[in-house]
Amino acid sequence: MTDIKTLFVDGKEVEFTDEPNLLEVIKKAGITIPTFCYRPDLTTFGACRMCVVEIDGRGIQSSCTMPPEAGLKIHTNTQRVRRIRKTVLELLLANHDRNCLTCDKSGNCELQKYSEEYGITKIRYKNKEELLPVDESSPSIVRDSNKCILCGACVRACAEYQHSVLGFANRGSKTLVQPMKGKPLADVECVNCGQCAAVCPTGALTIKSDIERVYDVVLNPEYKTVLQIAPSVRVALGEVFGLDAGENSIKKIYAAARKIGFDLVFDTNFSADLTIMEEANEFVERLTKGENLPIFTSCCPAWVKYLEMTHPDMLNHLSSAKSPQGMLSPVIKEFAPKYYEGFTKENIKVISIMPCTAKKYEITREQLKGETDFVLTTSEFAKMIKSSGIDFSVLKEEEANSPFGGYTGGGTIFGASGGVAEAAVRTAYNMVTGEDLKDVNITPLRGVDASSRSKEAVIDIKGTKVKIRVVSTLIEAEKAVREVKEGKADFQMLEVMACPGGCINGGGQPISCYDSKIKEERAQGLYKEDEELPIRLCHKNPDIIRIYKDHLEKPGSHLAHKLLHTTYSSKKKSL
Amino acid sequence: MSEASVVKLDRKKLDEILETFHYSKSYLIAMLQKIQEIYKYLPEEAMTYIGEKIDGLSPATVYGVATFYAQFSLEPKGKYEIKVCDGTACHVRGSMPVLNAIKSKLKLQEGKFTTENGLFSLETVSCLGACGLAPVVMINEKVYPQMTSDAISIVIDTLMKEEV
Repeated sequence: MTDIKTLFVDGKEVEFTDEPNLLEVIKKAGITIPTFCYRPDLTTFGACRMCVVEIDGRGIQSSCTMPPEAGLKIHTNTQRVRRIRKTVLELLLANHDRNCLTCDKSGNCELQKYSEEYGITKIRYKNKEELLPVDESSPSIVRDSNKCILCGACVRACAEYQHSVLGFANRGSKTLVQPMKGKPLADVECVNCGQCAAVCPTGALTIKSDIERVYDVVLNPEYKTVLQIAPSVRVALGEVFGLDAGENSIKKIYAAARKIGFDLVFDTNFSADLTIMEEANEFVERLTKGENLPIFTSCCPAWVKYLEMTHPDMLNHLSSAKSPQGMLSPVIKEFAPKYYEGFTKENIKVISIMPCTAKKYEITREQLKGETDFVLTTSEFAKMIKSSGIDFSVLKEEEANSPFGGYTGGGTIFGASGGVAEAAVRTAYNMVTGEDLKDVNITPLRGVDASSRSKEAVIDIKGTKVKIRVVSTLIEAEKAVREVKEGKADFQMLEVMACPGGCINGGGQPISCYDSKIKEERAQGLYKEDEELPIRLCHKNPDIIRIYKDHLEKPGSHLAHKLLHTTYSSKKKSL
Repeated sequence: MSEASVVKLDRKKLDEILETFHYSKSYLIAMLQKIQEIYKYLPEEAMTYIGEKIDGLSPATVYGVATFYAQFSLEPKGKYEIKVCDGTACHVRGSMPVLNAIKSKLKLQEGKFTTENGLFSLETVSCLGACGLAPVVMINEKVYPQMTSDAISIVIDTLMKEEV
């Protein structure tokens, strides 16, 4: 049992146990402390000084870096505290390109929000004059140093989750956050995950918007626009419209898409089921032959790019199955004309809604070019709904189009770290034994909090013990790959998601970096849908059975290989 | 390989240096000093190599350290390394006009610290410990006391003539 101690926040006694810092204790007392640099999932940095509070006998302290102590008397809103916070804001604004009206982050920007809350109408300091060039080289991220407040959240996210490419450079007033030597993001080993943009409090790192390009095709009658929506979008998009995190709004999303003008709405969950058919088949084949084990999942484009850049000698382990996005687009272009009049391979534009900024990169891959036409992130699609004048709250629920809209619980849990492996095992078990698992819940593979970034489960497939390792973040992926290289790996399948907790916490989701619980609630939303769906096994999806019967023959067939599988190539830079 | 890299990187040499420091990120500054000792500056490829080779570092963080400390140079130093002291004493005695005179004499572009022909490189240092002789300029190991714009021009002219 943890001891319960108390301290005082603005005169009110507040209990605390294992909160890491004062800021979290104060939050419990119902007081929001402003901060730019504090992100509960990242190491504490204490850079921005917005979270200062006054403590009797201790003076001014930053609440994010100070551990709670019993008996402290904290004042969160004194004249002195307010004066400091206002000065911080003024100094940041003096050094900031304040073209808020045309900033992508407008309305969502913490600097803008606090400036408004603290009534900053005049800035006593001279504004920085020179503007640095904006980096738009990446298909996923736009980096604008002129809006950077040097809070270092992106630097920490990049280093603590991924293959660090961002860092501080120079010193003092010349300090910048940038890739090495200020190179464009496209020229460094960025995996496009977007976690930097997800933690950025301002418009310094934003998602490259494809909204207008999508409107151009949706509102053009020459094109037939077909939408696909990724698993984790359904439990996050609603947050923008006031729904709770984890509340499944997929049927409203279908409706909104049709209102905007998309001609057909399919579901990436369907192709998640399809991915499992191909990937589980490949896994069983490799298990039987004892080849290229452990198999690495290939759904996450950031992970695939990482492996191509850093371990090209391990590419034979990657499943050749495309990601669900990568599978559905060519399936739509190939087969939708057979079901829908007026649709041709040439006039179809496939747009996907993804929780992910790396998916914008994925569609530019040489091997996948021309299949998916545009990728919008969850946040972009929410903007599109607003921009189309749709009142999300009164939308009537609709269903996806057939035949690529039906899905199972196995497909839906793709959105949480561990879900792909869980769904794959459910189906692989059936492929080997001809029977279904008695209990399809593989709970050791679930969990998306910081302590669940590496997890394992052992499944007994009629006497053959199969060990599954599931990791999220490339830091954990790197450890697993090294184990494989050193011959120490005792697992046969490795699922990797680059974002911590998986796609529910993707770089394109509504901003949630101020609260660790949100991603857990989103994951719960997916597991809840899995429980409630009548079919939870991908291979039992009637639409999947039909697509194989009518078109693809069987998993791993010639046509399946042509449409649903891909290749990889080394992207290692020779030094 | 970019033509811009003045020195050819000897990977074996780099590995030896990294080896001496047990491939540990705690020794980053020492490694950079060692590399600068050999090449007279920090070649970009060397920084990238360290960033990729050592766990816990990245090219961006190595670059961050290299640009944080004034002791590191990202450009090859010239044959003549000119150090203009800009400590308090030299500053008040007029080190800035001396610095500007050198800049225009060497036709250095803004942001460049080494001449195109690689003969001269220019930097300011915080104190050379010769405040009694302020303002002081040091060229390689030689100290030039009580400099003025005119005096330093003559010194540089002399060095340039020697090189022709």
